Amino acid sequence: MSDLRDLYQEVILDHNKRPRNFRAIDVPTHFAEGYNPLCGDRLKLYVKVDGDVITDLAFLGSGCAISKASASLMTDALRGRTVAEAQALFERFHHVVTTPPDQPVEDLGKLSALAGVREFPVRVKCASLAWHTLKAALDRTTLTSTE
Amino acid sequence: MTTTTPLRSASASMTPPRGEAAVRRAFDVERVRADFPILRRQVHGHPLVYLDNAATPQKPQAVLDAIVSYYTEINANVHRGVHDLSERATTAFEAAREKVRGFFNAREAREIVFTRNATESINLVAWTFGRTNVGRDDEVVVTAMEHHSNLVPWQMLCEAAGARLRVAPIDDRGELLVDELERLLGPRTKLLAVTHMSNALGTVNAVEDIVRIAHAHGVPVLIDGSQAAYHMKVDVQALDCDFYAATGHKLYGPTGIGVLYGKAALLESMPPFMGGGDMIASVTLEKSTWNVLPYKFEAGTPHIAGAIGLGAAIDYITGIGFDAIGAHEAALLAYGTEALSSVPGVRLIGTARRKASVLSFVMEGVHPHDIGTIVDREGVAIRTGHHCAQPVMARFSVPATARASLAMYNTRGEIDTLVRALERVREVFA
Repeated sequence: MSDLRDLYQEVILDHNKRPRNFRAIDVPTHFAEGYNPLCGDRLKLYVKVDGDVITDLAFLGSGCAISKASASLMTDALRGRTVAEAQALFERFHHVVTTPPDQPVEDLGKLSALAGVREFPVRVKCASLAWHTLKAALDRTTLTSTE
Repeated sequence: MTTTTPLRSASASMTPPRGEAAVRRAFDVERVRADFPILRRQVHGHPLVYLDNAATPQKPQAVLDAIVSYYTEINANVHRGVHDLSERATTAFEAAREKVRGFFNAREAREIVFTRNATESINLVAWTFGRTNVGRDDEVVVTAMEHHSNLVPWQMLCEAAGARLRVAPIDDRGELLVDELERLLGPRTKLLAVTHMSNALGTVNAVEDIVRIAHAHGVPVLIDGSQAAYHMKVDVQALDCDFYAATGHKLYGPTGIGVLYGKAALLESMPPFMGGGDMIASVTLEKSTWNVLPYKFEAGTPHIAGAIGLGAAIDYITGIGFDAIGAHEAALLAYGTEALSSVPGVRLIGTARRKASVLSFVMEGVHPHDIGTIVDREGVAIRTGHHCAQPVMARFSVPATARASLAMYNTRGEIDTLVRALERVREVFA
């Protein structure tokens, strides 16, 4: 089943098994909780922005391999980027995972590993959860309070 | 007097049922399968292995024929016209009600209210019986294994009434702690709402005992029969329950048709649910009076085709008989329990001594969603997620489970296919 291998690529299995940035940030400037009511996946996303630059991102939660790997890859990809760059990448990533599988899409490096969800329409939400949570966190004007 | 077919525990032997009934109606699963046209189709290039029956089972040809025949031959609105078709449609619709009455052994057909589904049946009771009987500081008791449909309506009622919802706990096997439940019943308890069978765990509750205990405390009982009613004989008079909610699509019937059984005296005492046509006796611009049972609770044009389809489904089930269905499904559950337990890393969630047709499980290191996607590519349909029972998932500290659920047409070969598909999951996640 080649499409299963497209979905569960090595990079995804690796990030599922050993998610990067799988932790909380003590004093985040932005925080949001993502929830997929269909499957019960939950994701807490912590973001630290200094000026216009994302200096740190981390996440916690439970989810399938796709949602976990996506969160892991996203947090790796965005560290050091500006908020505007992150938002632009959100759009590009969203385009990649929602384009019909028979059409070409741009190469987003490691993030392109998630393009395999195009063959599995119900799993697109899993790949997008972290990114939607990021958008919610960055859009929020109020900062999360520290404990 | 037994109210349900005896269920064997998961570890029971797989000997066929004895006795005359079994001889008279030898169960031939291949013949049953031939009655379900969808089972002939392929999914992702493999024969469909449909193990998502607790969500909705497939429909036999007889049900499909009944629906087509209604629309092609007698389609008309019911309880209205004097013309031939309306009379025929009304007769067929009421004949379906009579079949439902017989199926659940209600005393009278007017105790059978047609709804959209079990959820609506439960909401009907919450909004009518609940709104008139549950007040400030009163209590409604449910259990920790309820489907959201038998939990959320009571939360909403309690919130609106200023009442308190109390929850009877379950143990690590997924069995209801009946003693704890009894302790929750008191003078303030206005209703006990309990499932006959858990959709997420497969646990079959001893509802006959539970009703007796509740009645001893003067507490009326609503039973959610969504899962139980297609696996075992339900006799509402023997159970002596006050309400029994069921849904047509789980009885191998169409979606969009549900059933509420209620004791006539209780239904009589309750105000209507929704207002509209058919539920009235007389209407002036100022005021209306209500129709008799069960029409008082059936506002608007009902799902006529759905009721007729459900009638056909009931005929189909009773033609095979719960003795045969129960024995086949119990043997299959035992086989599946053993087969899944032998898959490395698989842990069953829900190991009640009395359970039916549900194999809920988790697999070490693999999220249920990934299991669902991979086995789907082998043609195997299972449910993954929280099964509309999030508190049950929380009780077992899992975010979700994979669930294979059985119906009368499933086979050991299909369980073997599931097990092979799970080996494929292991390969992918090795």
